[in-house]
Amino acid sequence: MLFRSTRRQFLVGLPVSLAVACPGFGSLALAMAAAPTARRLVVVILRGALDGLAAVAPYGDPAYRSQRGPLAMAEPGKADGLLDLGGHFGLHPALAPLHAFYRNGQLAVFHAVASPYRGRSHFDGQDLLETGFATPRQAPSSLREAGESGWLNRALGLLPVSHPFPQNRPGLAMGQTVPLILRGAAPVSSWAPAAMPEPNPDLIGRLVQLYLGDPLLAPALEEGLRGQLFADTALAVPAPAPVSPPPPPVGGMGGPTAATPAPASAPRPSGGDFPALAVTLARFLNPEAGPRVAVMELGGWDTHAGQGAAKGRLADALRPLAVGLAGLAQTLTPEIWRQTAVVVVTEFGRTVAVNGTGGTDHGTGGCAFLFGGAVVGGRVMTDWPGLAQPALFEGRDLMPTLDLRAVLKGVLRDHLGLPIAGINATVFPDSGAVAPVAGLIRT
Amino acid sequence: MTAAPLMSFIAVNRFGLGGRPEERAAAASDPRGWLKAQLAEDGTVSPAFAGLPAGGEVTGRLARAHEAEQEARRPPSLSPGAPGGGFGAETGVGAGAGAPRPGGGRVPPLVPPLSAVTDPANGDDAPMRRPPKLVIPPPPPGGGTPGGAAVGSEATVGLQDPLKQLQIELRDLFRREAGARIQAMATADQPFRERLVAFWSNHFTVSVRRSEVTGLVGAFEREAIRPHVTGHFEDMLLAAIRHPAMLLYLDNAQSIGPHSQVGLRSRRGLNENLAREILELRTLGVEGGYGQDDVRAFAAILTGWSVLGPRDVDGGTNGFVFRPATHEPGEKSLLGVRYPEGGESEGVAALAALARHPATARHVATRLARHFIADQPPAAAVARLERVFRDSGGDLGRLAGALVDSPEAWAEPLAKIKTPEELVVSTLRATGVIWPLDRVVGQLRQLGQMSFSAPSPAGWPDVAGEWIGPEAVMQRIEWCALAGHRLAPMVRPADLLEATIGPVARPETRQVVLQAASVAEAVTLLLASPEFQRR
Repeated sequence: MLFRSTRRQFLVGLPVSLAVACPGFGSLALAMAAAPTARRLVVVILRGALDGLAAVAPYGDPAYRSQRGPLAMAEPGKADGLLDLGGHFGLHPALAPLHAFYRNGQLAVFHAVASPYRGRSHFDGQDLLETGFATPRQAPSSLREAGESGWLNRALGLLPVSHPFPQNRPGLAMGQTVPLILRGAAPVSSWAPAAMPEPNPDLIGRLVQLYLGDPLLAPALEEGLRGQLFADTALAVPAPAPVSPPPPPVGGMGGPTAATPAPASAPRPSGGDFPALAVTLARFLNPEAGPRVAVMELGGWDTHAGQGAAKGRLADALRPLAVGLAGLAQTLTPEIWRQTAVVVVTEFGRTVAVNGTGGTDHGTGGCAFLFGGAVVGGRVMTDWPGLAQPALFEGRDLMPTLDLRAVLKGVLRDHLGLPIAGINATVFPDSGAVAPVAGLIRT
Repeated sequence: MTAAPLMSFIAVNRFGLGGRPEERAAAASDPRGWLKAQLAEDGTVSPAFAGLPAGGEVTGRLARAHEAEQEARRPPSLSPGAPGGGFGAETGVGAGAGAPRPGGGRVPPLVPPLSAVTDPANGDDAPMRRPPKLVIPPPPPGGGTPGGAAVGSEATVGLQDPLKQLQIELRDLFRREAGARIQAMATADQPFRERLVAFWSNHFTVSVRRSEVTGLVGAFEREAIRPHVTGHFEDMLLAAIRHPAMLLYLDNAQSIGPHSQVGLRSRRGLNENLAREILELRTLGVEGGYGQDDVRAFAAILTGWSVLGPRDVDGGTNGFVFRPATHEPGEKSLLGVRYPEGGESEGVAALAALARHPATARHVATRLARHFIADQPPAAAVARLERVFRDSGGDLGRLAGALVDSPEAWAEPLAKIKTPEELVVSTLRATGVIWPLDRVVGQLRQLGQMSFSAPSPAGWPDVAGEWIGPEAVMQRIEWCALAGHRLAPMVRPADLLEATIGPVARPETRQVVLQAASVAEAVTLLLASPEFQRR
């Protein structure tokens, strides 16, 4: 393991001594004079359009029950009922693992939120969610020459201090490829569990030579090697044993820190499902040398039919999301958890009324989550438009009253410390009129 | 003018699926003629598909199993349950002969939830647009084995739980379908036609991400796509949309006109999914000039287009049924065209109009040019293909011929990165060696492109940025090493290099391959080389 890592480091032209001397990177951190941001930002993209009215139901809205019909869920306290979020709103019971975080002030909900997109195409909606532009498939002229890029990648370019561990990348995608949101000029890595044996390092070395100058394969291979080197090191630190039932989110999250001596080898995690990936991500985020920004994706939200209420297709999709997020929180060390914010977003909401097949069609306003030890949570933030028929967008969708970019800008400014001028110029161009939401992050 | 060996390379790799040893010579003398001859011939039927069932057969089996399940669950006395109350798992196929089931009993889905088909860890529903990570289910205990009876014989269907038994069989069938598809591609003697099949199959994606279609995906490609790859777009569109796989995948089988006989009696109604995706993905394209009202109108037009269910076991053709009792009555207006009440014929007429719409010509031309020329296809080529589509009334054979005649397609030999499927298939073709299909399917799953499992209705992506990422390249290399070890005893690296990437091989690639320490490493390096990773 150690040899292979060293070999990889050699292959990508990095100082070999680093990995050999500091397999856990822990001691190296102490040597850093200028402290860069220790904050971690995770973006979870829910592809397919989450029904925000089901995930966080406005059970106190007088029109809720009549508008939602069979999709309406039982009130808090009843069988299969919602989990109360302080009166008006309730969390879907399948998200139960997150309820304790809400009560502890580590989960905030934004409702009646939407990106600037007002169409109903998944694919345009996701493009816009990821590029950060105000219109689909059209980069503002100021950014056009940068080519296809995502707002999170452009945000990386604004980090106040460059990553303290230049052999690692500050941006990580959990998956084989990098989604649009994290693609762009700043190099990033990606990680997915491997099922096939690794080829020998000499062969990789010759491929590095063979790929030299290839605009597509050379950078991908280099980042792949970097990423595996880091992953091998980070995963050599054993993950805390899963605890069941989950401990309270504050104070109870023991487990080894990055400074725990690494065993000679540890099995690579093999799980590719969301909960397993989320726990693995936490193990990557724990070391000081870990990424500052990471992306996860989860599908299964396009519930046109048989959506269900407390049980059904949507509940089945929500459960692993909640288990994964809770697992991430419990696997992070307490220090890193305090430095972490996770934002959960989707391309748009779904229709208020049930459609003809027990599901919902593509809508507009929905909900988003902000989760983490760094978050000022325990509240639902919304300028609630109501569900009465005249209040709906185009007579069918939840009226968006909050621009998702306002939330994201607030997080980028107050969590990652990015300058608002830079955010307006490059991260979310044409968003100058959208004021960041303040007070989302603990100071 | 591109040199002859390069022309041959492009014909075999860009238009074909990678050269088999015997076809390189055939393509060398007249690359364009070799391609066009494949368009002129009838499509041959691959022996890989022998014994695989028709969509109508699978649908009929599902309907009967469904019926048996309902009978078993029927309470002794029928209670007039609340219509619409069982919205959870109730499927429209239960609305036999247009009448909703009295009692509205909850019916389990046709096959288990996706998680059961794909990954035991519930929730591995990879995000839309991402290469999915599906897990081939383990062989069912005592279930069908590859090469066994089509969908399992009646005798294997347990009396106690017919649906469950059938679901197990269908999952096994899916594995065989996925393997058969790879075998057909790896052995195709009309590889240009076979690539067109894959292209159109992707254009009209149905995916096992919706478990309802698990047993139907292979039949869909054979019945709705293959017969039409050199026919007319309008016919393929109609065949694809009417196929049970599509009607189930995009929920139309359950869509009910709110003012139809059934709609008035229940709280069930429209589902816009199929209508929207036809407009956005299959015909006009997202900028094709339609609005939300068009989506609703088209969904209303398509009400009644459904799938054989219990109680209408003898009706329908190929598993399709039109249910007048769920069809929304009255005139509809789609894209400014009025469709007077016409039952099933409304949908046929609307699809025909969409097939002839100028936006469809542009959308299809762009997608074809992206697949055969470059990720960002030259505007002139798109415009030319668009014109051919319009002038020929959507003649897909002529469109494919126009692609062969497009100078842009022959200008740059390595413009496209291979998808994982193309990488695997071209490797198998180059050597003529096929290892156990279950293994190949599992490896494609790991590489993120198992057959019939596209992450969303948009199908597999067709641009490099969606396929090449840091981890993806590592896994491609790992696969190449695996293949290198398997193929080493059977090939000579120098010959394989000449036969595959000879006309485009750079000196450094030759050197690294020919000086490798072992045959296995030489083959690995060849397969992983930038030249072999592209087409």
